[in-house]
Formats: sequence, C-alpha cells, structure tokens
Amino acid sequence: MAPTTRWKSKDLIGIDPLGEDDIGMVFREADRFLPALSRAGGLSLLKGHTVVNLFLEPSTRTRTAFDISAKRLGAEVVSIDTSASSLVKGETLRDTALNIEALKADAIVLRHSSAGAAAYLARQVGISVINAGDGAHEHPTQALLDAYTLRRRFGKVAGLKVTILGDILFSRVARSNILCLGKLGAEVTVAGPATLVPERLAEAFPGVRIERDLRKALARADAVMLLRIQHERQTTTHFPSLGEYTSQFGLNAARAAWLKPGAVIMHPGPINRGVEVESDLADGPRSVILDQVSHGVAVRMAVLNLCMGASRR
Amino acid sequence: MNAPDPTPLWIKGARVIDPASGRDEAKGDLFAVDGRLVARLTPAQLAKARKVDARGLVAAPGFVDLNCRLGQPGRSARESIATGTRAAAAGGFTTLLAMPDTLPCVDHPGTLQLIHDICETDAAVRVLPAGALTKGLAGKALAPIGSLAKAGVVAVTDTVGGVENNEIMRRALEYAAMFGLVVLDHCQDSSMTEGAQMHEGAVSLRLGLRGFPSAAEEVVAASDCALAELTGARIHLQHLSAARTVDAVRRARSRGARVSAEVSPLHLLLTDRALAGYDPNLKLNPPLREEGDRQALLAGLAEGVIEAIASDHSPCTATEKDREFDLAPFGAATLEVAFAAAHEAVVLGGVADLPTLLARLTSGPARILGIEAGTLAEGRPADIALLDPKAGWVFRARDSASLAGNHALEGRRLRGRVKATFVGGRKVT
Repeated sequence: MAPTTRWKSKDLIGIDPLGEDDIGMVFREADRFLPALSRAGGLSLLKGHTVVNLFLEPSTRTRTAFDISAKRLGAEVVSIDTSASSLVKGETLRDTALNIEALKADAIVLRHSSAGAAAYLARQVGISVINAGDGAHEHPTQALLDAYTLRRRFGKVAGLKVTILGDILFSRVARSNILCLGKLGAEVTVAGPATLVPERLAEAFPGVRIERDLRKALARADAVMLLRIQHERQTTTHFPSLGEYTSQFGLNAARAAWLKPGAVIMHPGPINRGVEVESDLADGPRSVILDQVSHGVAVRMAVLNLCMGASRR
Repeated sequence: MNAPDPTPLWIKGARVIDPASGRDEAKGDLFAVDGRLVARLTPAQLAKARKVDARGLVAAPGFVDLNCRLGQPGRSARESIATGTRAAAAGGFTTLLAMPDTLPCVDHPGTLQLIHDICETDAAVRVLPAGALTKGLAGKALAPIGSLAKAGVVAVTDTVGGVENNEIMRRALEYAAMFGLVVLDHCQDSSMTEGAQMHEGAVSLRLGLRGFPSAAEEVVAASDCALAELTGARIHLQHLSAARTVDAVRRARSRGARVSAEVSPLHLLLTDRALAGYDPNLKLNPPLREEGDRQALLAGLAEGVIEAIASDHSPCTATEKDREFDLAPFGAATLEVAFAAAHEAVVLGGVADLPTLLARLTSGPARILGIEAGTLAEGRPADIALLDPKAGWVFRARDSASLAGNHALEGRRLRGRVKATFVGGRKVT
C-alpha cells in the first residue's frame, strides 16, 4: 500500500469496484475520526458543504449514522424520505437528483429499493453519490464498517473465518460483506435455509463457501454475522414461518456453545430479538453489535470525506 | 402500402441466395415486372428497367419477421406503423407479423380493420397482424378467432401475457386449427417469475436482481408440446431462450408433433453477462441467459429445430427506459440490427453458413405462417434484400428510422449490413 495512493472516485456505489488499497484508505481515515466521536464539537473538513440524505426506503440506523457523520465533519445535512419526496407525486429519480444538484448540494446519500439505483444516479449527476443500500445489490458502508469492526477486534481481517447466516439471497449486506471480506483475505462461509442460500452463490462469488450443516458453519467461525429476516423482501414461498426459521437457524445458547472461544457475534440491525438471535446473546460479551454502530459513524465520515474530496478535485 | 412498381427491375451481378429453392448462384441476376419476380425481361423491358448494380452483394428474399410490435394503435409514442415498417425495411424485413398487444388489443375485427387502414397509407413493408388468442389477452376465454381469421389474421397469440391455463390452450389449438391458423405461444410460468428482472443465475445473484428461472420457460414449452401432440394441431413457440427448451422442441418434433420455434438475434449473440452494468435496453423477456443456453440455441438453429429468427422488436420510449432497472419495461428495438447480430453470432461464429442463416430469416418463418413470402421463386412478389455481409458499421440511434428509444447494440461494431430492400419490386430503403 503506497502512502501516495489517492482515493479516486467521487462516488461509492459498491465494494465491487474497490481495491484492497481503497478499503485500507477508508480504514485509515476512520482511525483518524474514531477518537473525535466521543469529543464534543466536530471537525470542519466539510464546512460549507451540503449532504442530502435521499432515503427512499425506511431506515433508522443508516440514515442517522450518515446524518451524524456528515455533521461531525461540519457539513449541513438535509434529509428527504419517501413520504416527503416528490417521487410520490410521480417525479422520477433522475429528476429528483437533478433538482438536488441544481440546489447546489455536494453529495447525495441514496437508499433505494432498486438494485442498480445508485449507479444509475451517479451517471445522472456530477456530485458525489454514496450508496446507502440499493435493493438486494450492495450496501458498501455497512460492509466497510463490519470489516473495520473485525479489524479493530482481531488486529487484521486477513485469515479470519467469517460465517454469514440467514437470508443471503435478498441481502445487500451479505453481498457487500462477501466482496469486502474476500478482498481483505478473510474466508467467508454462508449458511441458512436452502431457499435463501442458493448453490450458485459459490459461482456468483468465487471463494465463498456454502455450509449446509449449521454446527460446522458456526464451529469454524471467528465471527458470525446474523442477518435480519426481511419480511418485506421475501415472498411467502421461501420459508414457512418466522417460528420455523428460529427453530432451525436462530442463534440460541445451545448453538452459541458451538462457537470458538473468541468468536464474536455481529448483526447489521435492526435486530429481530428472539427470531434470528436470542436477546441474551445480542447483549452478551460475544456481541460487537453496538461497536458496529459506533464504527459506522467513523467509517461513514471517512467515506464522505474521501468521496467529496475526490469530487472537489 | 405503395403499389407494386410498374418499372421493371433488374438486379445485376449479385450472389443470389434463395434458401427455399436451394439456389446459390455466385453471380446472378434478378428480374421483376409489376412487383413480381420473372425469369427474364423482354428486350423492351430491359431497356426501361431500373438497373441495380449488385456486384459484391448478396441478393436474398426479403426477411419475414414472426415477432414484432409496431406501436399502433395505442402505443404511438413508442412506434408507429410508418416508422416501424421503415426500420424493418432498413433491416431487410419485407413481411412483418405484428403482435396483437396493442391498445386496444387485436381481439376484435374492428381493431384489425383499423390496422389494415393505417397500413394501407403508412406501411413501407407488408404487415400481417396477429390476432389475440383470448379476449383482452386475459387468458380466460377464447377471442373470436373465426371472425379474426375471416378478417385476415394469419396467426393467433396472447404474446407475452401467455396462456397458462392448459384447458384453454388445448381448446385454442383445436379451434384455431379449424381455420388453418397457427397458435404462437410465449412460454413463461408466471407463478415462477414474480418480480423477475433477468435470467436467474450467477449474474442475477451477483447483481441482486430477481431472476426468471429457465425452468419457468421449460415447463410451459413441455406442456405446449404435449398439447400439440394431444390435438394434432400446430403450435409455434416464440423466442426460445433456454437450452432445455430447445431439447423439448427437438424431442417433440422427433415424435412428429407439429411444433416449431423461433429465436431472437440478441439471444443468439449475448448472454446475461451483458447486464453487468444494468443496461435497461438489454432487459428482455425472455431474458438473455447463459453461454450454454446461447450455444444450445445456435445448435438448434443450425440443425433446424429452430426454424426462424424473429426480431422480437419491442419499442419503448427513452423516457420509459431511463429509470431504475427494475422499473423499466422489458424489450429492445432490434429491427435494424437483427441481421447484423444474427450474422455475427451464426455465420462469423462458425455455427452455420450464410444460406442457412438466410433460410431462418426467410423460408423458415414463411413456412411456419404458411404464407407466400420468403422466396425468390418466379411469380412470387419481388421482395428482396440486398446485403453486404462484409460491411463493418456502427449502429447509431440518431440514424434510426424507428421512433423507439431502446435500441440494443447501439455503438457496437457490427459486421453485415443491409444495403437495400425492395418490396413488390419497389425500393423502400
């Protein structure tokens, strides 16, 4: 990693186009911002800049984290959500974006239910576009903060064994994590109901392992990432009921006993307590779930600063 | 449409390929009088004939397209009969079977009359409207197929809506057969394709898009074949996309079932990998599938299991397509690039020779419809395409005759170009 490497893109659309150096740059930036989080007052790196949070799908955590991240850097933040946007009046995403650009905003953080929406938007506007989740495609800042959390916990990501458990098929978090962890040299295993963990994932994401035996999937892991069961994306045919999911795949005390001693439990939130994970485990010593949340601010500060810096250049 | 050209036509020195008769003459001439092909011109006719120097070009029958949409009535922002038929002429097509999913759809002789009237004044090539198979294309009750036949339809289909009720399909086959009409079916089990945007496979998994499993096509193709055998009627399967569908058709034909099939040029040329950048103009139904599927389609085409290449020209406006991938409509405008795409995939790809490719564009589809087209036989209409298989070119939307804003292959380097098209002996492009 040459120290002269520069962040190239005004946008962060996904992990896919990033190199290992790019990810390293985000981490170094985040290291710089992390100590500032608990201090009162912020930085002024993005003073005079406006970030628009365009969230066209419900989100609390990601949106709040972007909001705080931008403010900590001194930027002004405007949030537009689905009900307040003109999209409900029939305005297209393209027109909404062009209007935001014409209002002289400097960046758009987009959450959208359509895969490919962030890339589409980035082609329409000259300002920075940060993908905060596009359909089942990517959620790059989540993957970056997850890897960052692992790096802080274990010192490095390379060589770690990470098991992602649950709905892989409809999960953008899973996709971005598979890509990000793979680029950093971790070994990724996916597990869950066969209807939500298709065999061809191994072909779609070379290097990923599919493990049908839950015990084996948990026993090998240094970290297990639980994914939320997403009622809004699954059609009724993918599994019979939440209760059945919990009985087959929910992480409980008995199954947690299969984990290695130092293994950690991660979750991108929001948690369905009692569905994919028992409450005690989510709050227990193995859990790094709240670390993920605070790291999310530092990582998003890093991403905003890098992308908007590239945009200025 | 324009009346036949009274000026005699003399196309000189072309490589003449007429797949219907097996004619492949390295340097030949074609002659036409009053819009029909003749063996020779009289000295008086020769003297006043329009002479076309076609040295270095291939003269073939004008192409017959089994699957296209011309926008009218009701979709005239996407395409019109005037623009669509000019795009067809630019692509070498002289006979088009227009799909009935217009607004209103062609489930009534009145709509058919309207289309005939517009074609009378506006069409640059021959347009044969297909009729609806069920009322409102709703798949519930048979359309008035007898009245539609009387009013001039040559085929019936519910097109992309597809008929999924096997009882209705069975009766439709029996009923349409009384009038000598072929039934066309788009094979898709929609219970398996809810929310689907592209082929289900490794690429859709990577892109996070819901997929059309190949099996959703295969199961309907298999039931269609079974119904063709049950009824003894003819059925034609539209735009095959999956390898195992080709197998199903091959097996049914070997048992003597009267099943035929077509494929689109884009499915011969491209795979789902072309969607990596979410290009909405390659969002098709049926979707582009995998290399194994593409190879199976090419093999089926070479072998004759697939007898026709159909453009599947489905115009949309640029505005309709310029949005999030999953909100954009399906389809691509293809008439002008169909020959070049198929030529690249089939001939340059080493799968079959030029006469075989031309058979699938001319005599094959004409035989499926049972129409007098797609041949250079004496006495037939002088519908001719002049081709330069070696010409390299780049298709640009701004040069298009079509109104559509969803051109496939724009900017791609193509090999093989249509130089001129004649309908009834009259040059239309």
